[in-house]
Amino acid sequence: MQLRPFLKLASALTIASALAASAASAENIRIGAVAPKTGPLAGGATVTQWPSIQLWVNQVNEAGGLTVDGEKMMIELIEYDDQTNPGETIKAVQRLATQDDAHFIIAPYGTGLNLAAAPLFDRYGYPQIAVSAITDQQADLAAKFPNMFFTLGTTTALAADVVKVLSDMRDAGQMGDKVAMVNVADAFGIELATAAKPLFEEAGFEIVYETSYPLGTQDLSPVIKGAAAAEPDAFVAWSYPPDTFGLTEQAMIEDLDVKAFYTAVATPFPGYGGRFGAAAEGVLGAGGVNPDSPAFQEYAAAHEAVTGNKPDYWASATTYASLEILGQAIEAVGLDREAVSAHLKESTYETILGPISFDENNSNPDFWTVGQWQGGVFKGVASRGRDGTVPVIIKEGWE
Amino acid sequence: MNLTATDIRNLILAAGALGVCALLPLGDNGYWLGLGVTVAMFTVLATSWALFSGPTHYISLATAAFFGVGTYVTGLGIDSLPFWVLVGLAGIIGAVLAALVGLATLRLSGVYFVIFTLGLAELVRQVITWVQNNSGQKGLYVLTDLDEAGIYWWLLGLATAVFLAGWLIGRSRLGFALRIIGDDETVAAHSGINTALAKVMLFMVPGAVAAMTGAILAPRYVYIEPSLAFAPILSFQVVIMALLGGASRLWGPLVGVIPFTILLEVISSNFPNQTTLVIGIAFLVIVYLLPKGFVGLLDKAMIRFNGREGA
Repeated sequence: MQLRPFLKLASALTIASALAASAASAENIRIGAVAPKTGPLAGGATVTQWPSIQLWVNQVNEAGGLTVDGEKMMIELIEYDDQTNPGETIKAVQRLATQDDAHFIIAPYGTGLNLAAAPLFDRYGYPQIAVSAITDQQADLAAKFPNMFFTLGTTTALAADVVKVLSDMRDAGQMGDKVAMVNVADAFGIELATAAKPLFEEAGFEIVYETSYPLGTQDLSPVIKGAAAAEPDAFVAWSYPPDTFGLTEQAMIEDLDVKAFYTAVATPFPGYGGRFGAAAEGVLGAGGVNPDSPAFQEYAAAHEAVTGNKPDYWASATTYASLEILGQAIEAVGLDREAVSAHLKESTYETILGPISFDENNSNPDFWTVGQWQGGVFKGVASRGRDGTVPVIIKEGWE
Repeated sequence: MNLTATDIRNLILAAGALGVCALLPLGDNGYWLGLGVTVAMFTVLATSWALFSGPTHYISLATAAFFGVGTYVTGLGIDSLPFWVLVGLAGIIGAVLAALVGLATLRLSGVYFVIFTLGLAELVRQVITWVQNNSGQKGLYVLTDLDEAGIYWWLLGLATAVFLAGWLIGRSRLGFALRIIGDDETVAAHSGINTALAKVMLFMVPGAVAAMTGAILAPRYVYIEPSLAFAPILSFQVVIMALLGGASRLWGPLVGVIPFTILLEVISSNFPNQTTLVIGIAFLVIVYLLPKGFVGLLDKAMIRFNGREGA
């Protein structure tokens, strides 16, 4: 029997637990992070969540740490993989709160995982500044979990601003009023489609083609062919990462002739621009940033230098901003979690996105909603209360 | 019913152990209670799984399907019905679904049954998604006042019911019939046992129990969506835990669940970047070193012990 691999594993276990024990010294601020490193959401989390955490901890510690009660304290990051499984998220948050004695915990990734963790954040009094948890239930959730904060916007705002962008194009005479709308048949895709349909009808659009496809569908050519046959002026897909790429690819193959082409989640990923190059020009997507602002450019450069990858043009910067907010609140009131939560409700924070404050529903009212690939960069074209929106351009072919 | 002295002693011991377990939330309200919920959940799922799969040797991968149905029953009904009604309703729906599936598939044998049950979770998930998509249903939020201690006690109650049911089935004609079916189905049929009926009857137990477990755990997840409710990994975890313990005894899965939950906990807290990899290696080691599960290990130790005593 080959014993060596088992021995190696055993020694690795011993070393790891020894390290974990010795690292818990008193001088550091222990900050916990739990998010997918494996499972269905790992693709998104490794682009959006983990690199921004790594960057922030790196920058704070390079600068000598956070100033707490006049003393500099370094950050010690404790990471766990929840395998995209809410049961694991719950266990990890519990472990961070009671075994690792974390001072603060960074909000998990994704709507479902954030909400699974919310009762525990609430019970142990941790502020939870959620980023990738987009919902219309913010008022109810903030009432139930008073320490939960929302930064990335609401489902209805994301859908409504797409309708508004298209309405403006139509009213400017750039296109007609025929829309093809499709959605991925999964939680967020269904929510967006349900919110958008009455808004399109109210705005006087004619939905000439409407369909949905199951999550994980490989062959999306029937969707694009069906849409093309209805001869729409605009194509809108409430899509997830794999199908955002799949639909774009099919639209290129079919040479889908529309004046506006929208895909939702993952359109702002640097990988999207990288894969489709010039063909991505004019593609609309969920989210956005102001890529011309010096603060974002500085962040993007540091992100690439520290993590080796570019940030996405939406939630990456917001994730980083949520950590800036946490850091500023800690510096203002110290390690008392209750005081930090109270500070979050009252104060305005300077972040790379501009000033952020939370309203009576613990929600950040200023966020990006629609962006567009223009000249190899994904630029925000619609937002709620953010500066730096650029005019929309017409989609002209796929070359 | 005639109970022997050993039966009565075992019942009293079991009741005592249950009483000790029920005190856990009073001792610790955090980390250990959280682990307790996980252990209780897998105990319920693995024990009920082994009730059917132990004697019949049919490997069912349908746990995630029933579990997901249960979470949706709570998710859809929490605003209009009391919680205990929802748990009961989930049990009934789970049993009916299991009966339908059983009628359609328990005439299949071996690998065909395994594949069908694996597909079932995906089928139910797609049906629910289809309904949500066509009705424009938004995400489901389960906001209740039920805390971890409450969930733990619910699961403990369910575990008691499962163990009692298992014990009663083991003593009944149905249990006897199933053991014969497991040994040789042809012989069972020739002895006048209605094999299909017996299997369907028993398959309804894990179906109902898994659905009730899902219904009880829905408040813990707060937000219900298909990809989380019907995660196929759950089906595999249950099978692995039951087999690690040993599916041939009523208490077998329990001795698999406890070490396995602790092992997973140690791995995920010490290897945050290689969790899945190390879990995979642990599986290989377990299968290699413990082919018959902990029950087999204990049996071996007993034989050695008794043998020494005799000599």
